[in-house]
Amino acid sequence: MPIHDQGYRRYGGQKSRGRAWLVIVMTGVRAMLGNRRWIVLMIASWIQFVVRAVQFYLAANFSQAGMLNPTAATFRDFFDKQDIFVFIMTVTLGSSLIAQDRRANALQIYLSKPLTRAEYIFGKLGILVTFLLLITWVPAILLLAVEVVFAGNFAFLRANAYLFPAITLFALVEVVMVSTSMLALSSLSQNSRFVGILYTALIFFTNALYGVMRAVTGSSMVSWISFGNNLAQIGDLIFRVPLRYETPWPIALLMIVALVAVSALVLERRVRGVEIVA
Amino acid sequence: MTDADAVVSLENVTVLYGRSNRALSEVTTTFGRGAVGLLGPNGAGKSTMIKSLLGFVVPTQGRMRVLGLDVAASPVEIRARIGYMPENDAHIPGLNAVSFVGYCGELAGLPRADAIQRAHEVLFYVGLGEARYRNVDTYSTGMKQRIKLAQALVHDPDLLFLDEPTNGMDPKGRDEMLDLIRDLAHNKGVSLILSSHLLPDVEYTCDDVVVMDKGRIATAGPIDALKQPRGRVYELRVKAPDLETFFDRLRSAGLECHSTDDDIVRVFVPGDGGARQLFELAAAGRVQVRHLRPSVPTLEDVFAHAVGEA
Repeated sequence: MPIHDQGYRRYGGQKSRGRAWLVIVMTGVRAMLGNRRWIVLMIASWIQFVVRAVQFYLAANFSQAGMLNPTAATFRDFFDKQDIFVFIMTVTLGSSLIAQDRRANALQIYLSKPLTRAEYIFGKLGILVTFLLLITWVPAILLLAVEVVFAGNFAFLRANAYLFPAITLFALVEVVMVSTSMLALSSLSQNSRFVGILYTALIFFTNALYGVMRAVTGSSMVSWISFGNNLAQIGDLIFRVPLRYETPWPIALLMIVALVAVSALVLERRVRGVEIVA
Repeated sequence: MTDADAVVSLENVTVLYGRSNRALSEVTTTFGRGAVGLLGPNGAGKSTMIKSLLGFVVPTQGRMRVLGLDVAASPVEIRARIGYMPENDAHIPGLNAVSFVGYCGELAGLPRADAIQRAHEVLFYVGLGEARYRNVDTYSTGMKQRIKLAQALVHDPDLLFLDEPTNGMDPKGRDEMLDLIRDLAHNKGVSLILSSHLLPDVEYTCDDVVVMDKGRIATAGPIDALKQPRGRVYELRVKAPDLETFFDRLRSAGLECHSTDDDIVRVFVPGDGGARQLFELAAAGRVQVRHLRPSVPTLEDVFAHAVGEA
C-alpha cells in the first residue's frame, strides 16, 4: 500500500496567534529541565541560598550570632556571589541558542511560521532570562521571605522597603545585559563552543584591561572598560551601598545601555530567514 | 486567469542582490490553484521568488500577493496559511521527529495537544512513522527531505512552497515523494508551488508551469497547452563528420534542436514542415540519417524552447 494512503486530514481546529515566542520559551525550558547535568547546575546555584537561609536563622534565633544579621549589603553580596553561576549558565545555555539554529538552518523553518523576527529573538531571550532569574531574582526574593519567617516580624522588611524593588531592578538589569549580549554573540557564529569562548574572552579581556589601566593610572575611573565593573557599579547604586569604583554611575549605566543597544542591532542584522552574500 | 483566481501573483517584481545582481527582473506572473511547477535552470531566480513571497527577501520594486494578502503588509498572516519546505537541509536541532514537527505546529498556532496529534499523523503520511522517535540529527538525506515536508504540512496550510523537494533522494524515495506531492495537490485540496530544475518531477506532479530563466519569466501556462504542437518533433540520430555544422544548418533553416542524454537529438520542425525537410537538409550536408522517429512534444521541449537552449 502506498504510504500516502494512510491519509492526511485537513485541520478543523482553531489556530491562535501571537504566542509563538512563548512556545519557544516553554519548549526551551522543557528541553533544559530534561537535562540531568543542567539540573545539577541549578541545584549547585541554589547552595548559597541555603547557606544564607541558615545565616538568617542563626541571626534570628541566637543573640550571639548578631554579626550575621542581614543588611542591604547582604543582598548585594548575594548577587555578587551568584555571578559565577550566572556566568556558567550564560555560557553553557546561551551560546547555543541561536548558533545551533544557524548551524541546522533552523532560522528559515522558524521564520516561515507565523512569527516575526522579534518574536523569535524574544523567545530565545526568554529561555535564558527564565533560567537566569531562577538563580538570581527568585532566590533573592525567597531570602527576603525567609528573613521575615525566621525573624517572625516585618521589621527588617519595613526598614529596607526598597530592597524588593532593588532586587527586582538589579536582577533585570543584570539578566537583560547578559542575555542580550550573549544572544548577539550566539547569532554571529554557527559554533556554540566558539561563542562560549568569545564571551569568556570578552569578559576576562575587559577585566584584564581594566586591571592594567588601573595599575598605570592609579585610578578606578577607567572601570567603565569592563562590562562586569559597570554592572557592579550600578548594583551598588541600586542597593544603596558605597560605590566601589570612582567612575560616575551614569557612565556605567550608559555603557550597559550601549552594550544592550549594540546587541539588539547585531540581532536585528543577523536573525534573518535567508543570508544574502552579494 | 484573474488575480482573484490566483493564489500567488507578482506584479513587476525586481529583486537585487547587492547593487547590480538582478535575481528577479520585473517579474509579472500569477500562480493558480492546484499544483504549479516553477521550472528553470540553476540561478534562474526560482528560490529567490519563493523567498520573496515568504518575506525573507524584500524586493527593490513591485508588488506581491499570496492568498489575496499583500506580502509587504501581511507577511505573518500569509505565513500562517502557507507551508514552506526549504531547499537545503533544515531542522531544529536536538529534537526527535515528533517533537520537531509538533513544535512547528505549535509555532504555527496549533494548541499543543493538536500539534502533537497532527505531528504523528503527518509523520505517518510522509513515511516516517516508524522513525518518529528518532533524533532528526541522525536522519538520512531522504528522511530529512520527508521531515521537511512534514513540518510544512503539520498546520494544514492552504498553500505549500516546495523548493527542490526531491534533492538528494534515491529513486524509490523520489517516486514516493512525488506521489505524496501529487496526492496533496490532486486529492487533498492543497495548492502548491513546486520549484525544481527537474522536468520529470514537474511534469509528473503539476498541471501548470512557470518557466524562469535569468530572473525573468520565459513562459507560463498549463503544461498540456504548452506541449501542444505548433509544428512537429522528431527524434534523430545521424552520422556526420561535424555534428555542430549540421546543427547550425538546421538552426539556420529555422529548426530547433537539442541533445538528450542519449545520442539522440530532438528536432522541432515548426509549421507544416516535416521529415522531408530534415532529409533534404541532411542530404545537402552529406549527413547520414541513421534513425528518425516522430515524437510528441515533452515539457523538455517547452523548457528548451522557453530558455533558448535550442
